[in-house]
Amino acid sequence: MKQLLILSGKGGTGKTTVASCFIELMQTKAYADCDVEAPNLHITATPKGKGTKEDYFGLPKARINQEACIACMNCYNSCRFGAISLDEKSKKPYIKELLCEGCGVCNLVCPSDAIVMEEHKNGDTIVYKQEPFFSTAKLKMGAGASGRLVSEVKKNLKTIVPKEWIREDDRVAIIDGSPGIGCPVIASLSGVDMVLIVTEPTLSGKSDMIRILETAAHFKINTVVCINKYDICMELTEDLKMYCKEREIPVVGVIPYDKMASVAINEGKSLIQYDSPSGVAIRSICKNTMERL
Amino acid sequence: MNIAVLSGKGGTGKTFVSVNLAAAMGQQIYADCDVEAPNGDLFFKPENVKETKIFVKVPVFDEEKCNGCKKCVDFCNFNALAYVKNKPLFFPSVCHSCGGCTIICPESAITEIDRTVGSVFQGTTKKNTFMSGKLNIGEASGMPIIKEIMNRITDSNQDAIIDCPPGSGCMVMETVQNADFCILVAEPTSFGCHNLRMVVDLVRVFNKPFAVVLNKGTDEINPTEEFLKDEKIPLLMKIPFESELANRTAKGEIAVENLPWVKDLFDQAIDQLRKKVGR
Amino acid sequence: MIVAVPVYDDDKTICVSFGRSPEFLFMDTETKEKTYLKNPAADAPGGAGIKAAQFVVDNKAKALLTPRCGENAANVLEGGEVILYKTTSTDTDGELKKFANGELEALSNFHAGFHGKQPN
Repeated sequence: MKQLLILSGKGGTGKTTVASCFIELMQTKAYADCDVEAPNLHITATPKGKGTKEDYFGLPKARINQEACIACMNCYNSCRFGAISLDEKSKKPYIKELLCEGCGVCNLVCPSDAIVMEEHKNGDTIVYKQEPFFSTAKLKMGAGASGRLVSEVKKNLKTIVPKEWIREDDRVAIIDGSPGIGCPVIASLSGVDMVLIVTEPTLSGKSDMIRILETAAHFKINTVVCINKYDICMELTEDLKMYCKEREIPVVGVIPYDKMASVAINEGKSLIQYDSPSGVAIRSICKNTMERL
Repeated sequence: MNIAVLSGKGGTGKTFVSVNLAAAMGQQIYADCDVEAPNGDLFFKPENVKETKIFVKVPVFDEEKCNGCKKCVDFCNFNALAYVKNKPLFFPSVCHSCGGCTIICPESAITEIDRTVGSVFQGTTKKNTFMSGKLNIGEASGMPIIKEIMNRITDSNQDAIIDCPPGSGCMVMETVQNADFCILVAEPTSFGCHNLRMVVDLVRVFNKPFAVVLNKGTDEINPTEEFLKDEKIPLLMKIPFESELANRTAKGEIAVENLPWVKDLFDQAIDQLRKKVGR
Repeated sequence: MIVAVPVYDDDKTICVSFGRSPEFLFMDTETKEKTYLKNPAADAPGGAGIKAAQFVVDNKAKALLTPRCGENAANVLEGGEVILYKTTSTDTDGELKKFANGELEALSNFHAGFHGKQPN
């Protein structure tokens, strides 16, 4: 089963909108939302039936057993993440869960065995086990280690689809990635067959596209680009095209700014279901992308 | 007064709002904390920019002292260590710099050195002090860079407009912690509304006073405005989608300096803001 | 010698992601004995490839059959004198046969670690 990952670098370029259209156009029966901090794909690519929710546990976090604590302050002095604070009343240290990175140093330096490392719920994974197979997740507010949850979402997708599908080369799974270039994006890149970058003709869009191109190149993954809302600034659109041409990165199409996009989103449908110039453009982009996959 | 500008969803216009607020208010620090994809410099074009590299500590092994006990490998929760060919192997890119291996080594064979993960840039613009953070490609966490920026803001005793990273993760929390007021930028679509809820939860957990700016607005009824009414969340400003504004912003222009109607919009919002915060 | 292969829970399909494969198959090429062990790195928050590679080395494998391998894991495997071979299908038995007949190419192209470059 081939995996097409859709990324953007900058947020708000239209990644999820394009992903929903691809899912509709290709009648894909396997897709995943790796934007675990702000998942949106289910809004326009609505899965069927009820999903199965499961707790997702991140790295264990430290907890200080106040009774056993002798207030020696070893832990307070060794924590490099500012995750240990002093309680004004008891004068004993306590762990600020949100800041704890689970390194285990406090546990190591505690002379009285007062610190334990406990499993900590970081979020939820949700899978839809009937066609179309959909895997997503939601990270709890403030949680870190989103990369691993992204890996979990992708792993879950492979687990819920029929086993034969994994070996079928003409099956395509669409993966809606997360914005940025950090941990979650890097985790989404693992094992994908191609990346489609959705960018926009703004200085910010270009700057972020460059960073995401570098990240994808780092991992030697086949990459193509499409430019959304291209008519907002024609000069920058040409600039983007030139940039890609110089680096031999195929531009598989451009999409005009289309008010219908927000209408479609608000009605919970994919743009393809409306008669619109952006829909026509996306069809062509989908065809061009698939030809290269 | 430190104002944090955040949005659950990316691309709603955080930077657009932060940059224009800072330019309109003047004498503020503008701090771009979106270290994975900083964009503030595209608008402000700062001068006299000084770059400070940000370092984290990483272990270094004295192979003579190492006795192969592998306590460091077993301890490391991030798997940054391996032991092969009778010597330790270290992977800096997954190291979280906790210092645990140096503590646990019974032979004192491990010491620490600095390793760079990114930079903080500081410069000046017409009316503002400009700060920005940038995470190096391939690095996992921007936290040390954001911490440095937040420290500089605290030390400066100046008011700051903080352009936060998108989402509601640990980096966003770091930027919101010291804010006096939060501005949440949202889009009038169900995507926008869905993600707005996340950051509303976040600012409520931190007990911060806040208001919403609705960006790329249209006249139609939209889920976001409905949500604001239901939750009785104040709407500070509504910025309509407008082609010329979009075009100029795309090219890196600061709208309040070039479009009078936008300046008026922001001036009114700033008045309201000052009234809310009492300054 | 012992050959290692990253496999899914079905014990038959080769896993594309070496670091996070649910299990490893260790086969003794002389006795033909097969052992399946859970991969301790499967749930690792980070550095999965590194931990998985350490596991392969600690289990005394001298060869690893995999479609891809990251730089970091490759460093560990090289240190443990494990030779990597590139698989071209997901059929474990098929690839083991090819290996026995000397038909598999050595894997030499490693992708960057998923958390950045390894400094030299």
